[in-house]
Amino acid sequence: MSVVSFLAIDPLLEGDLLWTPLLIVLVKVLVVFVVGLVATMLMVWFERKAIAGMQNRIGPNKAGPFGLLQTLADGIKLFFKEDLLPERADKFVYRLAPYLSFVPAFLAFAIIPLGGDFRDGNGGFVTWFGETTRVQLADPPVGVLFALAISSIAVYGIMLAGWSSGSKYPLLGSVRASAQMVSYEASLGLSLAAVILVCGTLSTSGIVDAQSSLGSWNLVATGVVPFLIFLVSATAELNRPPFDLVEAEQELVGGFNTEYSSIRFALFFLAEFMNTITMSAFIVTLFFGGPQPITIGGTTLDIPLIPNGLEGTVWLLLKVLVFLYIYVWFRGTLPRFRYDQLMDLGWKFLIPSSLGWFMLLAAQRLADDRGWDQWIVVPMSLAVIVVAFVMMQLAFRASDRNREAEGVQF
Amino acid sequence: MELFVFVCAAIMVLVGALGVVLRSNPVHAALSMILTLFGVAVLFVAREANFLAAVQVIVYAGAIVVLFLFVIMLLGVDRAEDLRTEPLGNVQRPLALVLGIGMFALLTTAVVRSRDSLRFKGDGVKTATLEDADGNIRQIARSIFGDYVVAFELTSVLLIVAVVGTVVLARRRKSERTAS
Repeated sequence: MSVVSFLAIDPLLEGDLLWTPLLIVLVKVLVVFVVGLVATMLMVWFERKAIAGMQNRIGPNKAGPFGLLQTLADGIKLFFKEDLLPERADKFVYRLAPYLSFVPAFLAFAIIPLGGDFRDGNGGFVTWFGETTRVQLADPPVGVLFALAISSIAVYGIMLAGWSSGSKYPLLGSVRASAQMVSYEASLGLSLAAVILVCGTLSTSGIVDAQSSLGSWNLVATGVVPFLIFLVSATAELNRPPFDLVEAEQELVGGFNTEYSSIRFALFFLAEFMNTITMSAFIVTLFFGGPQPITIGGTTLDIPLIPNGLEGTVWLLLKVLVFLYIYVWFRGTLPRFRYDQLMDLGWKFLIPSSLGWFMLLAAQRLADDRGWDQWIVVPMSLAVIVVAFVMMQLAFRASDRNREAEGVQF
Repeated sequence: MELFVFVCAAIMVLVGALGVVLRSNPVHAALSMILTLFGVAVLFVAREANFLAAVQVIVYAGAIVVLFLFVIMLLGVDRAEDLRTEPLGNVQRPLALVLGIGMFALLTTAVVRSRDSLRFKGDGVKTATLEDADGNIRQIARSIFGDYVVAFELTSVLLIVAVVGTVVLARRRKSERTAS
């Protein structure tokens, strides 16, 4: 076994080393990493500026033009701060936790189609230096599941950070975080299943490819409800307001990251904003056609002067910006949920309704396959769902009453 | 290349497994378990079973071990135990040793003896290819929701019964609480 094959430089083991694909992969990795970091920096600035606008303040305006370099200045400041290690901390886990939260944030970015030409059945392929490739770091056949797996790993960063600090409030924050993130992952996955059902594939580029016009965007094709559930669950999964119980300053001093300082704190901070960007891009990929241009009927909105391969990136950027603004807007508008309200919303409303909607879509597709009459199948399924919902509400009410009567407290 | 991946994953699995048994802090033991689960996921990916790998990470690493950690933290048993003073008795240790060795021997013989019969049984498992990326997933779906749908539904009923039973058992009524 030669050194080259042992180090996995030539993954297909074809014998002769092809430098162009290798270089393309390396460039992609580098670009995705750098774009991720710069985008995070800009996102922090954008959030501060937008929220300042909403609160009639000016926001950062000293460092650089429009205060653009404020994040960089903050980052440098954090680098030079003292790195504290609490005496009662579990040293190894305490040091590991920031990376467990930072690395998944970047990994999830790898499967998002960042551009490319999806028009006229091109399937998102572009040609660079004679190599046909996707504008996407990786396109695993289980793309969407990979994103779910990554988001379930992200729990560990927050959970272990709180536990290893060896202090009470961070522990409370991390126990809340783990319960919240595990609960909302269920509704996240179930609303995702609707998208998978409609597109018939798990790969992210396949999902984008299936959304070639405004009518076939999954937002419309799945009937809006899965998108709304996904948006709410994603916000909870990101621990962003109004679901930021993990770092509720008023109750928990600071939350899971109370004991962290310096570069480790910066890593958590970075991961949080990176996750916001990744999740916005993921929402756009799943429901809004990703890098697809807006096509209504037969006409495509074409941005002049930009080649089609690049135009995808511009469209993606525009769509992602909308969602980033929505997230900032949430933060500026909505007050924080109470913990029991959060759990009620997740378990009693979002999970059942995403499951119900998924069943409706499945019934509709089955009717389509078998040639049954849609006008009978869809109202029938709707009626079943409504009856189930009413029965569930009755069950909740009965259990509440029983609890009151018995004085059970949990 | 395949050997390299296998060796790395195997080291991950073994180190993790040893960690689960040998670490005295329950949280460290749970973390070692995650390492093992990841090693197994890597092995799945190396065998082109991408779906299994993803599900392995989502279900085991993402939900079950999180639940373990949650319980450990909530109950406050997250301190290192001194295993020498643990009242394990003089019976449990030798018994565990015997059972462990017996289990290992059984599994090894099972793997070695069934090697040939596994290889030549059935029409094999489809792996994901460039032309048909979803082939593997489609095959799993066909067998779970087609051939074995009754077993699948029965399993889900079993799980529901288990959940309901747990809730009923864990619930303490007011009268019982005042009595105890």
